Amino acid sequence: MTTVIIQTISRIMVPFIQLFGLYIIMHDLVSPGGGFQGGVIISASMILLALTVGMSAAGKRAPHASRLMLISSGAVLFAMAGVICILAGGNFLEYSAVPIPMMSASEIAGQLVLAVGIFIGLHNMAAFTTIVFHLGEERE
Amino acid sequence: MMTVGHFPILVVMVPLMAAYLMPVLGLWRRRLCYPLATVSIFISFCISLVLVRSVMASGTISYHLGGWMPPWGIELVVDYLSAFMCITITFISLLTVVYSENYINKELPTGKTTLYYTLLMLVIGGMLGVVVTGDLFNLFVFTEVFSIAAYALVAIAGKREAFIASFRYLLMGAIGTSLVLLGISYLYAITGTLNMVDLSVRLQPWYGSSIVSAALAFLIVGFSIKTALFPLHTWLPDAHSIALSPISVMLSALVIKVGAYAIIRTLFTVFQPGFITEVVPVAPVLTWLAAAAILIGSLFAISQTDLKRMLAYSSVAHIGYVVLGIALATEMGMTGGILHIFNHAMAKGCLFLCAGAIIYKTGLRNISDLTGLGVRMPITAAAFALSALSMMGIPPTAGFFSKWFLCMGAIEAGGWIFAIVILLGSLLTAVYYFRVLYVIYFGEHKHVEQVGTDEVPPGMLVPIAILALGCILFGIFVGIPLSVVEPAVRVLLGI
Amino acid sequence: MNIDFILVNFNYWICVILLLIGLFTTIAKENLIKKIMGLNILSTSVLLFLVSLGDIEGGAAPIIVPGVEVDIYVNPLPATLVLTGIVVSVALTGFALALIIKIYEGYGTLDAEKLIKG
Repeated sequence: MTTVIIQTISRIMVPFIQLFGLYIIMHDLVSPGGGFQGGVIISASMILLALTVGMSAAGKRAPHASRLMLISSGAVLFAMAGVICILAGGNFLEYSAVPIPMMSASEIAGQLVLAVGIFIGLHNMAAFTTIVFHLGEERE
Repeated sequence: MMTVGHFPILVVMVPLMAAYLMPVLGLWRRRLCYPLATVSIFISFCISLVLVRSVMASGTISYHLGGWMPPWGIELVVDYLSAFMCITITFISLLTVVYSENYINKELPTGKTTLYYTLLMLVIGGMLGVVVTGDLFNLFVFTEVFSIAAYALVAIAGKREAFIASFRYLLMGAIGTSLVLLGISYLYAITGTLNMVDLSVRLQPWYGSSIVSAALAFLIVGFSIKTALFPLHTWLPDAHSIALSPISVMLSALVIKVGAYAIIRTLFTVFQPGFITEVVPVAPVLTWLAAAAILIGSLFAISQTDLKRMLAYSSVAHIGYVVLGIALATEMGMTGGILHIFNHAMAKGCLFLCAGAIIYKTGLRNISDLTGLGVRMPITAAAFALSALSMMGIPPTAGFFSKWFLCMGAIEAGGWIFAIVILLGSLLTAVYYFRVLYVIYFGEHKHVEQVGTDEVPPGMLVPIAILALGCILFGIFVGIPLSVVEPAVRVLLGI
Repeated sequence: MNIDFILVNFNYWICVILLLIGLFTTIAKENLIKKIMGLNILSTSVLLFLVSLGDIEGGAAPIIVPGVEVDIYVNPLPATLVLTGIVVSVALTGFALALIIKIYEGYGTLDAEKLIKG
């Protein structure tokens, strides 16, 4: 259903939903949530847009190439975070081994968990948007 | 910096990183997907060789992810069996990827090339993750990774029957992994740990209670669906025959063997061998099911007219040999079963690659249409014949030794009827393979003007030749695989 | 079997009932979409069982607040395991729905009986 009321309301809601998703991603360490959950919420905003405004108009906001780039880079950055820990001398994903100046070992672990959460959030929002856009695109 | 100590995680991460990079690479330059895939699997193969050498030199390797001590952290355990499976997986995968280049360029629409290589890397990375992990939940996660990629690879063929086959595989596989997760959560509920070695210690006071029996039942049934053990094999003939030939190789040679590996880990590492034979006799039940799989798979294979469907039913029969060897729980029986994982992977891989070569050149799938192939495609036909001999178990090919160990193990365990079943299965295997060989070599030529050889390009011919030679060489020099399998069996049985 | 046996373990009873409903729906219903819904119910019941293992009566949320003394925390590990399970389930459902679309384009019907006959 794409009446004027629904389209207007969803256009207003989308930035708030994205802000809430970003809040959940950034507060990974201290509250329930984290990268995966926040990414899904941000993709839910794009799905809301696709349902109400139409798949082609929403597809212009999230083009195929940039979605693929986000999916790949999210996953590659996560793997790279693990490999950096190997290069720094620890085991795979041993965050406390990475020598960042001015931070103690446990603080480094916390910040890297958050960083990895952000990468996962990027990956997820692109991946879920891709899933739903592919399922909903027009077929002849 | 990078020492040998990091290789257990690198052997998994290299194909997975290639899978993550592949979509963007395909968007930029599609022709680079195949080199990236080949290079990453080759690196994994070299790492597996180094892993085997270091396991044989210094025993089991244990690697702690994230620096956390087990059982709080995830532990990767590479012992003899894991290293053996790594070598098998990377060897067959490397040859399949090399073979895929020509085959995919012809049989798959160009828009799907990137997707094919991404999914292939995910399947290989998932399987390698299953065999190196020492944590039960990590096993479940990697099982799902390669399973979902395998469902997608069956469906990528594009024909409408492929979608039905993939859907059937998906339904049964998803029920299987849900049951596995239920079994894992039962074990977690009573012990509080997920590490396999730690579980085997903490489960000892609980042996004989109903929750442990229920967990064992769920785990075995779930992994049996993944490994297509009779009577849960009904998804296999459609999926393996309708898929593209390189994917049939991956599925038949590797994916169902990784299910058998998961059964080995459940029966021998999480639960003790004495428990599964005496307290809850699940091993004798598995031997009877495996014997039924051997006979029924071979009988169904005899009645098939489509070449790939016949090979798929033959896989059902031969996974019965593997599970029979495992479930006999004696030293010789398990040696035969685990050796048969490698021999069947080589032989069935070569057979499916030959079938793919025949489809690539002529488009024929019906057995009775394959007349005169011995003249037109001599190397392919010779490789087919050699692998068929290995499957039948004729000396000095590799298949003979695994079946000999299986027979000896059956007699050692006191199950004379299983030795009879193994020999009867070899006889039935000979029936359906000799039928194909007769048509290929002695069938009447339908078209008189087909003279001269018309072989597939060398990119497809070299893997076929390597696998066929491997069937012979690893039979004559059977000591090479045995030097890894025999210590593996001793570690598993706790001898 | 008294009422106490049901009331104390009611989370296990719910999981068992959902598991059986899911399994029945996957096997017995003919429409492919209903089979996928049954698969979802099956996965949800197993994940529900796993997450209900972590709850301890009287436990606090597993976040260390400096200065607050807590004797027992709720176990955070099952929640993480279930998160992984949910991801797997979503990926499976997405892929299955895409397959259903392709099957419908190829065959024109979603009835499992007619599809088996070919």
